[in-house]
Amino acid sequence: MSSAVVSTSAAQGRPFVFIEEGTEVCPQPSGAELFEGRPPQRAFSTSVFSTPTSKDARLAGVTPASQLAVRPAPEMVSSGIAAMDALTGGLPRGCLTEICGPASSGRTTLLLAALAAATQRGECCVLVDASDALDPQSAAAAGVELDRLLWVRCGENSSEKSLEQLLRATDLLLESGGFGLITLDLGDLPPQAARRIPLTTWFRFRRAVEHTPTVLLAVERQSIAGSCSSLLIKLGLIKLGDRAGKHSADSKFQTPTHAQLLTGLEITAELVRSRMDRKPVRSAEITFASKTAWAG
Amino acid sequence: MFACIFVPNFPMAAVFRAEPELRARAVAIFEGKPPLEKVFAVNESAGRVGIMPGMTKAQAEFCSELTLRPRSLLQESVAHAVLLDCAQSFSPCVEDAAADTALVDLKGMELLLGSLPEIGRSLFRRAADLGLDANIAVASNPDVAVLAARGFCGVTVIPAGQEAESLGSLPVEVLFAGRGSGEEREGKQKQKEDERRKKSECSLATLERWGIRDLRALAALPEIALSERLGQEGLRLQQLARGAASRTLVLVKAPAVFEEAIELEYPIVLLEPLAFLLNRLLEQVCARLAARALNTQELRLTLALQNLTGIDPQLEIFGIPSESDASQDTFQTRAVQSQWPAQHFISGRQSNFCRTLRLPLPMLDPKLFLKLLQLDLNAHPPGAPIMKIHLAAEPARPRLAQGGLFLPPSPEPEKLELTLARIAGLVGEPRIGSLELQDTYRAEGFRMRRFVSEVAPKINRQKAAEEKSAVAALRLFRPPLRATVTLENGEPARVVCSKKKEVHGNVLWKAGPWRSSGDWWQREAWARDEWDIALQNADSVALYRLVHDLLGGSWFLEGTYD
Repeated sequence: MSSAVVSTSAAQGRPFVFIEEGTEVCPQPSGAELFEGRPPQRAFSTSVFSTPTSKDARLAGVTPASQLAVRPAPEMVSSGIAAMDALTGGLPRGCLTEICGPASSGRTTLLLAALAAATQRGECCVLVDASDALDPQSAAAAGVELDRLLWVRCGENSSEKSLEQLLRATDLLLESGGFGLITLDLGDLPPQAARRIPLTTWFRFRRAVEHTPTVLLAVERQSIAGSCSSLLIKLGLIKLGDRAGKHSADSKFQTPTHAQLLTGLEITAELVRSRMDRKPVRSAEITFASKTAWAG
Repeated sequence: MFACIFVPNFPMAAVFRAEPELRARAVAIFEGKPPLEKVFAVNESAGRVGIMPGMTKAQAEFCSELTLRPRSLLQESVAHAVLLDCAQSFSPCVEDAAADTALVDLKGMELLLGSLPEIGRSLFRRAADLGLDANIAVASNPDVAVLAARGFCGVTVIPAGQEAESLGSLPVEVLFAGRGSGEEREGKQKQKEDERRKKSECSLATLERWGIRDLRALAALPEIALSERLGQEGLRLQQLARGAASRTLVLVKAPAVFEEAIELEYPIVLLEPLAFLLNRLLEQVCARLAARALNTQELRLTLALQNLTGIDPQLEIFGIPSESDASQDTFQTRAVQSQWPAQHFISGRQSNFCRTLRLPLPMLDPKLFLKLLQLDLNAHPPGAPIMKIHLAAEPARPRLAQGGLFLPPSPEPEKLELTLARIAGLVGEPRIGSLELQDTYRAEGFRMRRFVSEVAPKINRQKAAEEKSAVAALRLFRPPLRATVTLENGEPARVVCSKKKEVHGNVLWKAGPWRSSGDWWQREAWARDEWDIALQNADSVALYRLVHDLLGGSWFLEGTYD
């Protein structure tokens, strides 16, 4: 067994090989040597400087990682909504994904769908809830396995305090590791308060989640993580579901006047940024429908 | 073959186990009621400076280098339990020969643990790991093993047939050196022990008068002449000296109780010095558990607190400050919801403060336990100086986990427990955990429970879930926001919410009412109408759930559809 440290002399630009004391080195015979029938050289020395020509030949096929044409793409997992997966390719592991939009734009629907998909894959998930807004009934109806969901309820006091709690709890959870999906719910936080989060915090989160199998998902009113997020999805205005909208006009769905019911919503999603592809993403939109829990 | 584990100078060993930093100093242990306290045991360094057992405490105090400690029966009983743990970690056949002596049956152990000297060295190392400096002797006879352990330092192995030769050089005093069990005996048992001690002293004095100094000389005495002079006791002693006495072990089953305690000379006020002591106790408990191949799932910490004058004892029992009834309610709620219930109670003149750390899975990591206890004590400080620390661990079998390459990611239980405790310190204990829905239609019909990472796998419904469409989610306002609603034909037409400025305007669309009620047979009856309404916000339409409390008559915004 031989071991060697390959390095490049910075001063002379000459590659050389250090061979550890007492180790045996069997250089690979070149094609010319084999052709000439010369036996391979055996070296038993404390340090051997290989010739530049043989070194160049050996490193000819090596490409530095920084010059790789294709970087390894992160693993994508389902967001729980087929239309959304078709738009974005899913949620990337080891990256920060932002979902932003105004109130009633379907952010929580998407969040719960992602949690449901992750928990049903058998992963442990976390919801760090800045404003303590999770409705357990909605979560159960969305298919979230509640046993696998860790709910951290911030926001007992002021929004500043809850924001501080959220950031510290997220730091601890990322440090702990092992979660499949960590979601930060900043949906009810005023944009002014959310913008107070320093960009360095998002860089730290991105660095902490990098090379881990965790999906970090943030839900907010406006994008606040800047270039730290690998995927930015903007949810648009909603329309009321067809059935609900037709209640008053369509005689086929005529119901007693005292019992009109909300059956569903239509959500518009726009992919604003994605670092998954090398070419810049052009904005793409989809529309998908959601239904209320009781609608079955 | 039998092995004997003997701890010389047992009271001192018990003190050194609790305070290892004293090993390098001259230490004396005193006992008795003041002012008649006398030196009971000394270590070698103290002996060198002239301190002898039997001196009064006042005499001993003249030596400035000497460190004095009161005799602690608690520490001695813990050291005795540790000795039995050490023996039990090698074989289940153990005899509790004395407070400082334990015998182990090594029959059949050679195949498992190696040769006899190797087993002896392993016993020595295990005892040292558990904080006891013990002498180990291995012999074919339990009594020979006991005598050799009392007479020779370190590890001694006596081959079969060489008992008399090996023991010959030992002084006759080893035959009479024996310490009863560490517990204080009372009544008849104490009288019997006193009589036995007197007999022993009498026999020893007789042997000394005869010029018998070692066991070789005793073994060489003629049997008949010896029995004429000392009776059956004389013959028994001679059999012991020849290594010819044989008996079976009286086996004991060491109780699975893992407790450690420290009595403090001065009360501790700060949590930082307490952490050092807790660390030592935890390491000792974990070493004992590891020796028995056990883990723990529950740690109980009991702190004896110095009595504070001026506190109503009735209130102190429940740990309730005496200001108001409201605080009483808060405390009770916390105690019910807390995963680590707090208890205060008074025993004698000291009040005790108890904390229980329950773990979801069996674990054995003293550093983790220390962190968890520190976090808990930071959140729930004892509130008075600490006089005594008692730590008990409930043993549990180690968890068996089968790893797999294709299992989904899951946090490590130890790391997760620490993370949860840290986050609980940030947001509060009841505000972290997993959800459990209750069988009710009441709003907020759920409860928080402890989050455990290792959940039994359920039937994979992923495919079915993908086929389902998304479910419109509700975001709740906690607590619900009171709203002013203008009705038209019994339906909401205009909504104004003073706490949420964007909720202000005419209702664009409404659906409802969805009427529900329940718990009418209880005091907390509820009845409500739910409306889904759409309002025009600054730049979009927002959907809210509006609730009319039919019993109170008020309107609330319960949440928003998102």
